[in-house]
Amino acid sequence: MSVATFFDSLEYGPAPEADGNVREWLASHNNQFGHFINGQFHSVKDGQTLESREPANGQLLATIAQGSSEDLDSAVKAAARAQSAWAAMGGKARARNLYALSRMVQRHGRLFAVLEALDNGKPIRETRDLDIPLVARHFYHHAGWAELQDSELADYQPVGVVGQIIPWNFPLLMLSWKVAPALALGNTVVLKPAEATSLTALLFAELASRAGLPAGVLNVVTGDGSTGAALVKHEGVGKIAFTGSTDVGRIIRAETAGSGKSLTLELGGKSPFIVFDDADIESAVEGVVDAIWFNQGQVCCAGSRLLVQESIHDRFIARLKQRMDTLRVGHPLDKAIDMGAIIDQGQLDRITQLVNKGIEEGAQAYAPAIECPDNGCFYPPTLLTGVEPAMSVATEEIFGPVMAAMSFRTPDDAIALANNTRYGLAASIWSENISLALDIAPQVKAGVVWINATNLFDAAVGFGGYRESGFGREGGLEGAYEYLKLKSWAARKPGKPLPPVPVVNATDSFEPMMVDRTAKLYVGGKQVRPDGNYSLPVISPKGKVIGEVGEGNRKDIRNAVQAARKATGWGAASTHNRAQILYYLGENLSARAAEFTARLVAMTGAKKTEAEKEVEASIDRLFTYAAWADKFDGAVHSPPLRGVALAMNEPIGVAGVICPDDAPLLGFVSLVAPLMAMGNCVVAVPSERFGLIATDFYQILETSDVPGGVLNIVTGRSKELAKTIADHDDVDVVWSFGGSDISAMVEELSVGNMKRTFVDNGKATNWYDGSVAEGRHFLRNAVQVKNIWIPYGE
Amino acid sequence: MSDTIAKAETGTQAPGHHTNTLARNAGCALELDWVNEIQANRSAVERRCASLGGRRSVKKDAQAGWLLKAITCIDLTTLNGDDTAARVRRLCAKARQPVRQDLLDALGVADRRITTGAVCVYHRFVRDAVEALDGTFIPVAAVSTGFPAGLSPHDTKLREIEASVADGASEIDIVVTREHVLTGNWQALYEEMRDFRAACGDAHVKAILATGDLRTLRNVARASMVCMMAGADFIKTSTGKETANATLPVSLVMLRMIRLYHERTGHIVGFKPAGGISVAKDVLAYQVLMKEELGRRWLEPDLLRFGASSLLSDIERQLEHHITGRYSAYNRHAMA
Repeated sequence: MSVATFFDSLEYGPAPEADGNVREWLASHNNQFGHFINGQFHSVKDGQTLESREPANGQLLATIAQGSSEDLDSAVKAAARAQSAWAAMGGKARARNLYALSRMVQRHGRLFAVLEALDNGKPIRETRDLDIPLVARHFYHHAGWAELQDSELADYQPVGVVGQIIPWNFPLLMLSWKVAPALALGNTVVLKPAEATSLTALLFAELASRAGLPAGVLNVVTGDGSTGAALVKHEGVGKIAFTGSTDVGRIIRAETAGSGKSLTLELGGKSPFIVFDDADIESAVEGVVDAIWFNQGQVCCAGSRLLVQESIHDRFIARLKQRMDTLRVGHPLDKAIDMGAIIDQGQLDRITQLVNKGIEEGAQAYAPAIECPDNGCFYPPTLLTGVEPAMSVATEEIFGPVMAAMSFRTPDDAIALANNTRYGLAASIWSENISLALDIAPQVKAGVVWINATNLFDAAVGFGGYRESGFGREGGLEGAYEYLKLKSWAARKPGKPLPPVPVVNATDSFEPMMVDRTAKLYVGGKQVRPDGNYSLPVISPKGKVIGEVGEGNRKDIRNAVQAARKATGWGAASTHNRAQILYYLGENLSARAAEFTARLVAMTGAKKTEAEKEVEASIDRLFTYAAWADKFDGAVHSPPLRGVALAMNEPIGVAGVICPDDAPLLGFVSLVAPLMAMGNCVVAVPSERFGLIATDFYQILETSDVPGGVLNIVTGRSKELAKTIADHDDVDVVWSFGGSDISAMVEELSVGNMKRTFVDNGKATNWYDGSVAEGRHFLRNAVQVKNIWIPYGE
Repeated sequence: MSDTIAKAETGTQAPGHHTNTLARNAGCALELDWVNEIQANRSAVERRCASLGGRRSVKKDAQAGWLLKAITCIDLTTLNGDDTAARVRRLCAKARQPVRQDLLDALGVADRRITTGAVCVYHRFVRDAVEALDGTFIPVAAVSTGFPAGLSPHDTKLREIEASVADGASEIDIVVTREHVLTGNWQALYEEMRDFRAACGDAHVKAILATGDLRTLRNVARASMVCMMAGADFIKTSTGKETANATLPVSLVMLRMIRLYHERTGHIVGFKPAGGISVAKDVLAYQVLMKEELGRRWLEPDLLRFGASSLLSDIERQLEHHITGRYSAYNRHAMA
């Protein structure tokens, strides 16, 4: 091709980014990398290596070490040794380190960008213009949290050693999302990068060390899934942060159940991209490009379900196909492409199979007749039309450049389709009608919502999912909390068991009653008999049966969850309304304080003054959460664009609560009140031993205007009922405060729908101490943060 | 794009020689529904423009080829109060020979007869320019209709067009009455534009929207659509005299309207960004935008013009650098 032929053809011509510096760096390590532990690379042991190849052509880039449990052990020990000094140096000193890391990333930006493109196969445009600048931004932002930690987060302490497992789709970016907050807030890290894409993490570790990061603060152990599994199991790790598939997330949740490790999971998605008929259609078409053909569609929050209003559907699809025709696929270092290579053959096969299945099920596939490089893992941008919700391509995460298109009729229809998924990571809403867009955003079950935009990210804005897309947030203050522990909470000690239930005196077992009272279950605002029609005795310390409660079973839980689900309009009720009802509960409890005091005395044998104190504290607690109901606001983030991101605290949905035996009234109130205040609907299993306190309480519910289904009470055997709740796929969150056995079981069983958990781990909570038993710590566990991005400009 | 456009002959010839096979935009009735449903989301438009620069790159030989093509699309312009006949003749000489012959030889394009796309002047100098360009096929464009503010009496504007056409202008760059857009008076805008088109006769008409005055992208999009319905052959961003000149976001919105209008009517309309495009890098960005949004065919001078005065000098320097590998200087190239 000559100048003259380009003058005639106006083709783009080759525009490769040079890779010389990266090859030199690889060669300086003999293209072989050991783990980076305690500030240095370790030698690679024979026979324990993995290959890192270029997805674009299959060529070997480097060999990396396959981490063994011994390797991990030495990394965790190095991290543990470094942690106390790292935490003790204080936020301001750590801020300087984080600042140095952000400057280091900027200084070596092109080296990182080229290495990432080679190793992952994504276009140099994306690594250079998006990934790497965002990496630097995350270290800057979190240098800021380190700086402010001593003043703004004084009640919190670091978790300790954090194990982090990151995926191959955004290798260095995911490193920064995890490492920056962890280090900033005083933790040390053992990082396990994805086996296919470990090189930028190793480069980062090397340059971070050169930039002055103390040895042991950041350790990188490479390897496959078995290395990750060993990290998850390691006893020296206080927290696991994982980004990856929902399947692996499930395994990690089950593996860490009962261990007391804190956990954040950022998992898969099948996010809706909703286009209303009053959208800027051209821009929405371009949005589809950014949604599903960004990073070859290998994006957890990719808008992969296109929902278009019927009236514009055909026009939109026609224009989209036209737009697809101008996409270019090529070598990652080509500066004139839109898409690079798929990560590996396995992923390419999976995409192909899922698309073929979609076609078999009746979808029509469109892919433009564009050139893809001959060898290497490439897949063309693909659009599936005629997709129905019942098809696999509408429900399964493809994790490739494949959009599944459907139509909808009305806003309600759009929301129903959008939420018809097990996932809940992100959503994109396109309409020039701000009233419509802002009405839809809160109704979509997703942790991130973009209005007239897609795939926007920033370190100041939390990112994370609802439902089976995981839990926990990364970025902003909401993400910072994930790497901290409330000091008072961390200081709790294992609970002492209550004295055994006394043996019932056979001859003189019943306390005399004036008139028989039958305690029932309370479901959907009504007193109901237990399904099995059995009862359990409540026995006084003196061995007398002072009453009987219904023995709830699986079906009672089912009914209660159903009632709670029906009542979730509570979450949309005004916060003022919820506050009023909680105040009213406190008022009515106060009016019957003597009765509750007497009951506590009779059941627990507490002194009257102690029982009075518990009732009084319970009234206070109701008032406290009434106060909080309209004050636990979200935030308005200011990411670097013309617009805002609204961080909204939304109710999680249906909550199961297992209440403790100690402080049977105060424990019960302390758990249900924050959940109710934040708009959740609750299925509560009261203290197994002292269940009568909760059945007395439903009479207060009945007189306090609590809408039916908002708080349901199922008495019975805690462990059995907890099992059904934790297993139930329509329960969104479980708070378990019935001891370590139940905590572990609840965490393990939560994997069905990846429900959130908040458990006592067998530690005793002093329910009278507000610094540990009420407030923001509980409220944060009662909400999920949704970030709504609203770019603007006319 | 329709097959006819995709297959239309693409240019191996300089503008005056271009086989002008495209039918002119015949216009259509004013369809207010089309106008009122148009939306343009500024943030989204800006994001597309910001990312495009990273998605396409034109380097080395390709860049030299593209820049030479850009020269053939330049409306080499002087629109100043101190213009004289001699100044206009100098401009015309540059239009005939925009690049030093030795550079053209070195680039291997001596046979491509590279001239600028047109020369653009005020009415007073149309005759001088026509004479100076005699023997070439370089068209003379006249700015008209009370340029730049466009607030002369309507009849005066029509007579101004007729006078320029009579003097030999074959392209007329009109300015629209911004008030019609700002008040949403699409009927008035349509009628005004239709009258201008009629007054032009066989001369091609470029409608200057003065996007800097229209302020919002929606105004730009709607005004573009109305002017095309009324028969504009080109839509053009700016006079160069507004505080805001051509920008990529404004251009993207106008190009989307050209495509939409083409889809609905089959008519083909050209695009002219003007003002502020002064360096080679900028012109490449516009060319890439044209190619991506409208296709290869829209990179030829019968559908793309750049209203510019100092752009050419920078392109010349880049071309010399391409040949020698050394950075060039302005004084090595003839001034316009």
